[in-house]
Amino acid sequence: MQLVLEKRAERSNTIALVSPLIAIGMTLVTMSILFAILGKNPIAALGVYFIDPLTDSYSLQEIAVKATPLVMIAIGLSLCYLANAWNIGAEGQFLIGAVAGSWLAVKTHGTDAGPWVLPAMMLLAAIGGALYALIPAICKVRFGASEILTSLMLVYVADLLLDYLVRGPWRDPKGFNFPTTAEFDPVATVPVLIEGGRLHLGGVIALVMVAAGAVLLSKTIKGFEIRVVGAAPRAARFGGFNSNQLILLTFAISGALAGLAGIIEVAGPVGHLQPGISPGYGFTAIIVAFLGRLNPVGILIAGLFLALTFIGGEQAQIAMKIPLDVTKVFQGILLFYVLACDSLILYRFKLVFTSPKVSSGAH
Amino acid sequence: MLDSTPAALHAGAIPLLQTVGLTKRYGTFLANEAIDIDVWPRQIHALLGENGAGKSTLVKIIYGLIQPSEGEMRWQGETMVLSGPSEARSRGIGMVFQHFSLFDNLTVAENVALGLDGKESFRDMSARLEEVSRVYGLPLDPKREVWQLSVGERQRIEIVRALMQNPKFLILDEPTAVLTPQEADQLFVVLDRLKAEGRAILYISHKLEEVKRLCDTATILRGGRKVSTCNPKAETAASLARMMVGGEIKEVKATAHRQTTVPRLVVNDLSLAPDDPHGVRLQHISLELKGGEILGIAGVAGNGQDELFAALSGERLAQDPGTIVIDGQAAGHLSITQRRKLGAAFVPEERLGHGTAPRMKLSENALLTGHAASGMVQHGFVNTAATLKTVDRATETFDVRKAKRDPEAASLSGGNLQKFIVGREILRNPAVLVVSQPTWGVDAGAAAVIRQALLDLAAAGAAVLVTSQDLDELAEITDRIAVMFHGRLSEPMATRDASREKLGLLMGGSSLEQKEAAHAAGA
Repeated sequence: MQLVLEKRAERSNTIALVSPLIAIGMTLVTMSILFAILGKNPIAALGVYFIDPLTDSYSLQEIAVKATPLVMIAIGLSLCYLANAWNIGAEGQFLIGAVAGSWLAVKTHGTDAGPWVLPAMMLLAAIGGALYALIPAICKVRFGASEILTSLMLVYVADLLLDYLVRGPWRDPKGFNFPTTAEFDPVATVPVLIEGGRLHLGGVIALVMVAAGAVLLSKTIKGFEIRVVGAAPRAARFGGFNSNQLILLTFAISGALAGLAGIIEVAGPVGHLQPGISPGYGFTAIIVAFLGRLNPVGILIAGLFLALTFIGGEQAQIAMKIPLDVTKVFQGILLFYVLACDSLILYRFKLVFTSPKVSSGAH
Repeated sequence: MLDSTPAALHAGAIPLLQTVGLTKRYGTFLANEAIDIDVWPRQIHALLGENGAGKSTLVKIIYGLIQPSEGEMRWQGETMVLSGPSEARSRGIGMVFQHFSLFDNLTVAENVALGLDGKESFRDMSARLEEVSRVYGLPLDPKREVWQLSVGERQRIEIVRALMQNPKFLILDEPTAVLTPQEADQLFVVLDRLKAEGRAILYISHKLEEVKRLCDTATILRGGRKVSTCNPKAETAASLARMMVGGEIKEVKATAHRQTTVPRLVVNDLSLAPDDPHGVRLQHISLELKGGEILGIAGVAGNGQDELFAALSGERLAQDPGTIVIDGQAAGHLSITQRRKLGAAFVPEERLGHGTAPRMKLSENALLTGHAASGMVQHGFVNTAATLKTVDRATETFDVRKAKRDPEAASLSGGNLQKFIVGREILRNPAVLVVSQPTWGVDAGAAAVIRQALLDLAAAGAAVLVTSQDLDELAEITDRIAVMFHGRLSEPMATRDASREKLGLLMGGSSLEQKEAAHAAGA
């Protein structure tokens, strides 16, 4: 008797919808085992992780704030992945966006510049992120370099550039030598939605991007081109769609969205530029994109769920002394199960009872 | 059944292979239903049927690739259960597949060695390979790399590989589909000889004339069931076809063509290097096609037809704009979208993955080629109603059968999907239609619909270029035929003058030099 994977005649739409849930379920089981090994009560730990943050307003707002960059980045990434372009460097594009936008905030700091500053910062951030994403895309199209490697390596370049800027030229002279810029002026800050709350305008922008992504993919010819190039490259060429052009386009869009997310994070919840502005949003967004089935609405839900793990992780650290890195372990396991469960869309498990009559000469 | 088999010849003997009530079920679908056939030594037994009739399933069971759901096989009278192809081979069952499994970058001998069990040394094996190929008149140079060989030579490797296991029973899956008429004749000599040696051959084909000529017995399958076992020599091609299809096939009728005086498609001395290292270089291809005319391009697969299609469609661009002229406009430098805007339409050979995106809906596949020149796209937004309307019109006009209004392309049968693809292009009223293998792997009913559509399109004034390996098809619908060989195109000849012998010689490349010599002498 053996267990074999058998190809399905048709893709299973049911599994396509259920597979993220199966993946989440299996992740929770694995995490329970992990908590038990750490000597914590699994039920209590999962409660702190996934239930407690949903019970108070502050945590709920914080989840939305954390989900904002995740959703924005993942929307862009989903376009890349649908077109079979593998942008792994959203983290770097996020940082470059933050740097490009902060440049204006630093330059106008202390002047009486008007309310045009924030929109201009966002524009700069989007352009910066897009240009930075175009580097691996151009290398791919022009020289055939693997965009997976180049986009990933550029993350570290961006990280070090930011580090240099806040320790050198942009350091706040009154900042006690801490590696940070001065606190941004009010005109260079993303406004909060409710006075005294944490929710800010970025959340609204993220929702607009979800809607825009949904319209782009389902209603426009560009969205169709993106989907065909990924699903059937030869048919796309026959349709007259240029895959190189689409690689450049999807990389540019996803870089712009990551850059925008970067400046919103810096000019919003953080308030100044400093190292460590991202707990790995650009990487977590990859999980969000796949958990959300590369579908804008799915991404919104998945983004909120993974934001929950960040908040839950912080609370678990405080309440149960569970190391913060467990959150990353959780996210890694989740991606693993999501990708594994996806194979069930096209394949199914089958028990094969090998007949006893098989001759020894076989194979 | 016994009354029509030459049972008397085998009186008292037992069949080499017998299937009894062989059934294969996939879910609720019966691919094979209670099939009984007897194959005797010294017999060439044809297996006839349309695509989807269950021929492949049956031979896969016999070759041990899949297990039957019910029924049994008897080998020389004894029950046989096969665990896999290696057991089938060890019992003496060999198979030559329609699609070759050869490594292009390895030599003939290396490819053969990979298919054997590897108990003998490479040198002994090579010697035996030469021996077998010499004895059976299947000449092969063991040291040549496969990519240099013609399709006919590649098939020889597969046959020799099967013969080196000294099979008692050989299965051949549409072996002549890729051969010129002359190469097919040579193959028949080999098969007659194998038969004389006492071997049995199961011969899958849908070329009826060939079956009548070669085979002693024919079993006809339709819809997974056995319709009849008969002596093909005693039947007519029409009666065999009726049994295969289960009814009369509609004859296609050509209406009077209205030829335009100005050519609608012109190719001027087109030469193009392949972008694939094993591809074919197009060399000095010229042709002229008037409206109302259908030009056929015959030739063995892999002689540059794919490359020519890519160059005509604009999937690959020509260096010089003037090499391709569509309706008077130089188009060699234009993209496929721009060529469509000039009124050209294209139907590639491969339906799934090239002509359509398999996992996308028909409406989306209508958009795939319709976005260029129709009202399907307005200000960058897709007009879903317009794409659905194209699906409905194609469905109605060309009788596309499907389970729902707008299913995924991959869920349609080959014939229905091809009707949709051809319909999608014809509904755009093209000035020029370039179509490759229009009825490849399509059932007879759908093939008749498609051929009639091409004739009607030409009658309405369009220029139609058809590439096909099916000479009967070309004879049926074209006005003129040219032959492709090694990336060159012969001078077209009127279809009524194009005998199989003439075409076969051109397909084998043998008369090109003479023609060139004559050309040079005349100049």
